[in-house]
Amino acid sequence: MKLKQTLATGAVLSVLASSAIAAPLVYCSEGSPEGFDPALFTSGTTFDASSHPIYNHLTEFVTGTTEVVPGLAESWEVSEDGLEYTFNLRQGVKFHSNDAFTPTRDFNADDVIFSFERQRLEDHPYHEVSGGTWEYFEGMSMPDLVVSVEKVDDYTVKFVLNRPEAPFIANLAMDFASILSAEYADAMMEAGTPEQLNQAPIGTGPFSFVAYQKDAVIRYATNPDYWEGASSLEGLIFAITPDASVRYQKLKAGECHIMPYPNPADIEAMKSDPDINVLEQEGLNVGYLGYNTQQAPFDNVNVRKALNMAIDKQAIIDVVFQGSGQIAKNPIPPTMWSYNDAIEDDPYDPEAAKSMLEAEGVTDLSMKVWAMPVQRPYNPNARRMAELIQEDFSEIGVDVEIVSYEWGEYLSRSRELDRDGAILLGWTGDNGDPDNFLAVLLGCDGIGNSNRAQWCHEPFEELIQKAKVTTDVEERTALYEEAQVVFKEQAPWATIAHSVVYMPVRPEVSGYKVHPLGGHIFYGVELAQ
Amino acid sequence: MIKYFLSKLLTFVPTFFGVTLISFAFIRVLPGDPIIVMAGERGLSDERYAELSAEYGFDRPILVQYWDYLTGVLQGDLGESFVTKKPVWDEFFALFPATLELALCAMVFAVVLGLPAGVIAAVNRGKLFDRTLMSTALVGYSMPIFWWALLLIIVFSGNLGWTPVSGRISLLYYFDTLTGFMLIDSLLSGQDGAFMSAVNHLVLPSIVLGTIPLAVIARQTRSAMLEVLSEDYIRTARAKGLAPVEVNGLHALRNALIPVITVIGLSVGTLMGGAILTETIFSWPGIGKWMLDSIFRRDYPVVQGGLLLIAVFVMIVNLTVDVLYGFINPKIRKR
Repeated sequence: MKLKQTLATGAVLSVLASSAIAAPLVYCSEGSPEGFDPALFTSGTTFDASSHPIYNHLTEFVTGTTEVVPGLAESWEVSEDGLEYTFNLRQGVKFHSNDAFTPTRDFNADDVIFSFERQRLEDHPYHEVSGGTWEYFEGMSMPDLVVSVEKVDDYTVKFVLNRPEAPFIANLAMDFASILSAEYADAMMEAGTPEQLNQAPIGTGPFSFVAYQKDAVIRYATNPDYWEGASSLEGLIFAITPDASVRYQKLKAGECHIMPYPNPADIEAMKSDPDINVLEQEGLNVGYLGYNTQQAPFDNVNVRKALNMAIDKQAIIDVVFQGSGQIAKNPIPPTMWSYNDAIEDDPYDPEAAKSMLEAEGVTDLSMKVWAMPVQRPYNPNARRMAELIQEDFSEIGVDVEIVSYEWGEYLSRSRELDRDGAILLGWTGDNGDPDNFLAVLLGCDGIGNSNRAQWCHEPFEELIQKAKVTTDVEERTALYEEAQVVFKEQAPWATIAHSVVYMPVRPEVSGYKVHPLGGHIFYGVELAQ
Repeated sequence: MIKYFLSKLLTFVPTFFGVTLISFAFIRVLPGDPIIVMAGERGLSDERYAELSAEYGFDRPILVQYWDYLTGVLQGDLGESFVTKKPVWDEFFALFPATLELALCAMVFAVVLGLPAGVIAAVNRGKLFDRTLMSTALVGYSMPIFWWALLLIIVFSGNLGWTPVSGRISLLYYFDTLTGFMLIDSLLSGQDGAFMSAVNHLVLPSIVLGTIPLAVIARQTRSAMLEVLSEDYIRTARAKGLAPVEVNGLHALRNALIPVITVIGLSVGTLMGGAILTETIFSWPGIGKWMLDSIFRRDYPVVQGGLLLIAVFVMIVNLTVDVLYGFINPKIRKR
């Protein structure tokens, strides 16, 4: 009884305290960030805690879309040959300050040069700091692409490329291209603590970093000098809560205002809860079954098409995604520009599939289907998906053995050219550009790496290479639409699903937009007291 | 007594080296390459793989890698996390007080309830209380921690609203970490309600983490007491007309405590293991969650260093238990 009283008193105290103090927005995040310098890391959890609240980029994605607009660069010009990008920088943008640093100047060209050159130049003093692994910069082929970053004057910067690259402007809006303060970097280097750049970040973003306790909480203050106008929130808190069921309970109890990644099984209950609004948007992702097109009989397009026709995708959406997904017919999601909606998906027709296989002389086929051991937005339960495919294929006389490996092994073994069987995998877009799906996942350069179908098809390759160096969006759109037609004819994958992203929020939250690139962005969000 | 202590201390040395070897080998025996895991679906070129391999030192012979690790450990350098790029040592000590605080509270919960329950059950052997207690203990011992924790959260935090769902203290309180122990730091902060908030946050995780040790301690106390109660000197004490409280509390319990203390010592290892699940569910920023994440990410330095430090901690606790034996039972230290 005594215990009960004590607990009840404590609960009352916290309620009283919460009504007395103006509350910041509390976001129940799913994990701890790896650090606060976005260029060093690759996980969305880290970008949510660093790139989005703390920093800006030369160009920015409009929250809730993949449209690219001016950010710290007010405008830019591209040379006729597509090799020189000249950016006119925004003036009067202030950096945050902390106990160890107060900026003496506004943002200028030196900060842009520092932010890129530390990643690009091996002899840069910051190249090796905090481990110095610039995986996104490398992954987007920036070291090969960028020849130089030059300061024209304090507010003008010129990037020189060694080949035209249409997605370049979108790449600059990505997290790895966050703009850090060169002055802060110099001060920390002088103080002998360069790693502070990653641990006590200084940026120009809508929120400034206050404190971080690993696996517990991150605190941010609202930046009153933010160049787009200060956020109406009185600070921002990330309450790190790894378990989805616990996040749900915290949201219900009012201990946080927004939570990401709910359990699919909880969505229905959340939708009927008056204290929770469930926002949703189609994710910028695709889950697929990739054949090894270099191995017989999967080198035969008709065999691949027959197998595609045997998969009951609707059953997968119902069972594996529990309704929170939609059937994929193209390798890029419908929310992406250049999505070719005129394409018709392979019909689900086991009888026809069986006849097609027989016509190709393929009988008694046994194959492996690889099921990922981890949950991903594009595939919440690969094992279950593989079982459904196994059942579908057995109906057309194809015997399936499901294999799985530890995640690292899975990624590594599935790259091998002689991989036995078809693999379940997927992709979430980085920069909203179709090139980021089609070239990375299906281009000839990706063979033995991110192109798990080991598929190199000349007509397709020509289209995507041409689109990559064309700056005119209409022309690019036409090329990518055509590439999707070729893809559908050749069927290197069975495209399975695009997932729907759900964000449960409290009713007092308004203005939150689900971002198609997967980030969680709180600038523009308002909280009713 | 000093000789006894030193002889126990000497057994530390081979165990310590054994643990360095096992912790080094354990994470490498698991399939999965940290570089491939880090690159994810995107993958990386063979050249980049070779570069990173050289950077992390994976291109060197395994024995050389072990030797470097061992010499580092002996100089107090456990390396840097592949993921956060921070020294393992710093990360461990930032998180360890949270685990220790929770483990101590769980242990207090288990001992305070488990000891008397075991004694009462032994004294009332075969009666309803004994039977009920022992069946409850069995249920407690077999309870899946994950399920038990969620059940408590849903009932006490969700439905009744008595306890907070997770975390160490309400987010409204913000003060500098001085000791890392939230109960102490919240008191030192002087902020109204901070200490009560910290206590509130400890209740459910302590119950969840303490449930299995509670069951073990209750059962162990009961069986140790039953053994002692059948001894001749207890019969003599009773025959002399001593009060039951004196017989059970003074004569029987002290002698029954030896195996119980062993169990308490061993439970520290269990608590460290149980902390992984409990910390994950209650968003408790301790080393359990940290180790689990590091194993998934194949963060070699953290797994090696973390295992080693946890093992050293468990060894210290067991050494303390050994010394405690000496105090409780003079026969042991004279042997």
